[in-house]
Amino acid sequence: MSATVAGGQVVSEGVRERVATATGRRRPIRWSRVVLHTFLISTAIVMIMPIALAFYASLRPYAETSSRKGGLFTFPKKLSFANYSSAFKQGDMGRHLWVTFLIVVPALILTLLLASFVAFAVSRYSFRFNLVLLMLFTAGNLMPQQVIILPLFQIYSRIPLPSSISPNSGHLNNTIFGLVLIHIAFQIGFCTFVLSNYMKTIPKELGEAASVDGASVPKQFYRVILPICRPALAALATLEFTWIYNDFFWAVTLVSRGNLRPITSSIKNLSGQFLTDDNLVAAGSLMIALPTLIVYLILQKQFISGLTLGANKG
Amino acid sequence: MSTDLTTAVPRKRRRRRYSQLTSGDKRALGFMTGIPTVIHVAFVTVPALLTIFLSFTKWDGLHGISSVRFVGFRNYWEIFTVFEDTLSAAIFNNVILLVFLFFGPTLFGILLAYLLDKNIRGTRVYQSIYYFPVVLSLAVVGIIWKSVIFSPGQGLLNTVLGRTKAGHQIDWLGDSHKVFSFHIPFLDNAIGPSKNFLVILAAIAWRHAGYIMVLYLAGLKSFDPSLREAAMIDGANEWKTFRRVVFPTLKPINVIVVVITIIEALRTYDIIAALRAPLGMELISLEVTKNLLGEGGGNVGRGSAYGVVLLVLCIGFIIWYLVNNFREEQT
Repeated sequence: MSATVAGGQVVSEGVRERVATATGRRRPIRWSRVVLHTFLISTAIVMIMPIALAFYASLRPYAETSSRKGGLFTFPKKLSFANYSSAFKQGDMGRHLWVTFLIVVPALILTLLLASFVAFAVSRYSFRFNLVLLMLFTAGNLMPQQVIILPLFQIYSRIPLPSSISPNSGHLNNTIFGLVLIHIAFQIGFCTFVLSNYMKTIPKELGEAASVDGASVPKQFYRVILPICRPALAALATLEFTWIYNDFFWAVTLVSRGNLRPITSSIKNLSGQFLTDDNLVAAGSLMIALPTLIVYLILQKQFISGLTLGANKG
Repeated sequence: MSTDLTTAVPRKRRRRRYSQLTSGDKRALGFMTGIPTVIHVAFVTVPALLTIFLSFTKWDGLHGISSVRFVGFRNYWEIFTVFEDTLSAAIFNNVILLVFLFFGPTLFGILLAYLLDKNIRGTRVYQSIYYFPVVLSLAVVGIIWKSVIFSPGQGLLNTVLGRTKAGHQIDWLGDSHKVFSFHIPFLDNAIGPSKNFLVILAAIAWRHAGYIMVLYLAGLKSFDPSLREAAMIDGANEWKTFRRVVFPTLKPINVIVVVITIIEALRTYDIIAALRAPLGMELISLEVTKNLLGEGGGNVGRGSAYGVVLLVLCIGFIIWYLVNNFREEQT
């Protein structure tokens, strides 16, 4: 069946029969499969090319690649990690990575915790506002961030904070705390949606048995429901890590001081500072992308299931 | 809609009724829903509503709230007349981006998902390769493409075209000349796509295709294969089977894919901003933040008006998505 499915129109039956008789083997070459794989492999090459080229470029001095006729497509005279060390130094990446760490870790933990609170309440108990709440959260998460940025910026620059938390502005803007807060507020929507779909699939008898045994609501949440949700939480954590790590917009709008920005938004300095040295820029951007690439390589399954959990409700 | 669900929920009694709980449990549940809701409403919902309100005012954002002046529709009048060039260019680019995303990478992603759903050898390898650009931030994608694909002195495009020598180079991301342009009524200036904007679409597509592929692949996995076999036995060819049987049954995922494509097109920001927003790459999202802060304060009113334009363009699709997603729960 699969032979006819695979691009039946591309190769006519006649051709297939001729090939089958000419080779005379039990398993003839299925030309439709050859066409299919050729297409899939060329697509794969196109997908890998920019990253592979960036890696190749990052190992070579710009003076060499830009002066030769073949550009990047030449044999290297010299390969080294020199671009990486200088991009790391010039981009002050150590500091930006540290800032990123201080944002991602609390934002990730709190988003998942708060989202599982709401998801637990709306999926295990019926209130009048269950659906309204879920819709509000989902709608908020779907809105383009730019819709809310102007009032948000004004709100942020008017909420006072003690100088121990906000030494620069005395307000919520220009702080790590402020960025953590907006990530939580914005991402709760998606996580609640996914987790409530997941929790609905847990038989309600589980919670009831616990409550008959005298377990309070918090205990049921913590002891019964949360452990069952571990796969969904792992998937969401992977996905949310990448999203929060990759944030550019909140950081460039809510933090005006360059040295307080997390790493992805610091890429803007990179494109200005080394405007002429494309290989240095390639090294810098690959370094910025490295944590997400590593997470993807190790936790690919979680990553994809996180996305599909959101799209395909349980 | 909300009246429907209040009547529907007690009838089914699938979940535990709130009234059966002890007061301590009620307090716990109130706390568990209350805190996240307050955070979300205060920092997402309220700002969204304030955007609408502020779009009818004039305010520099520096002075106190008492200096907010109500000006009616003046901001809208301004952005549609005085700043007409920017707005029309931005809206035009957003439309181009949307149409392109839909007919380019979205359909391509669906095609990839369909092909990979056939149990062919190496599906998983292909899948991980196609998907990996999605883990990159669009800002990073823009910079990577800039340094190795569009670079005038050494990039892929100029190398292939033999234009890497100084004086012969093509500045792909700097050329804001319009490929073609046309006049439409009520607009003084011609609109059309800039060369550099068309070029950057390729980088956006590179990331978008894999995203759609994964979403659609999950939808296809839930599709009952016996339906397809039945159609094939009835003599339908492959295209017909897909169009008449597979595609209609996947309606929920189709809605999701369409809405995600539209929202992604409207919220595209990072890649252009990371490239320092060259001339020719105007987008509505960038017009909003231009008014965040400026010489002597921002123009909160005008920026909010741009924000409302964005909101108006997406709100219908968000509602469509919500209805599609939560419909089952009402019945």
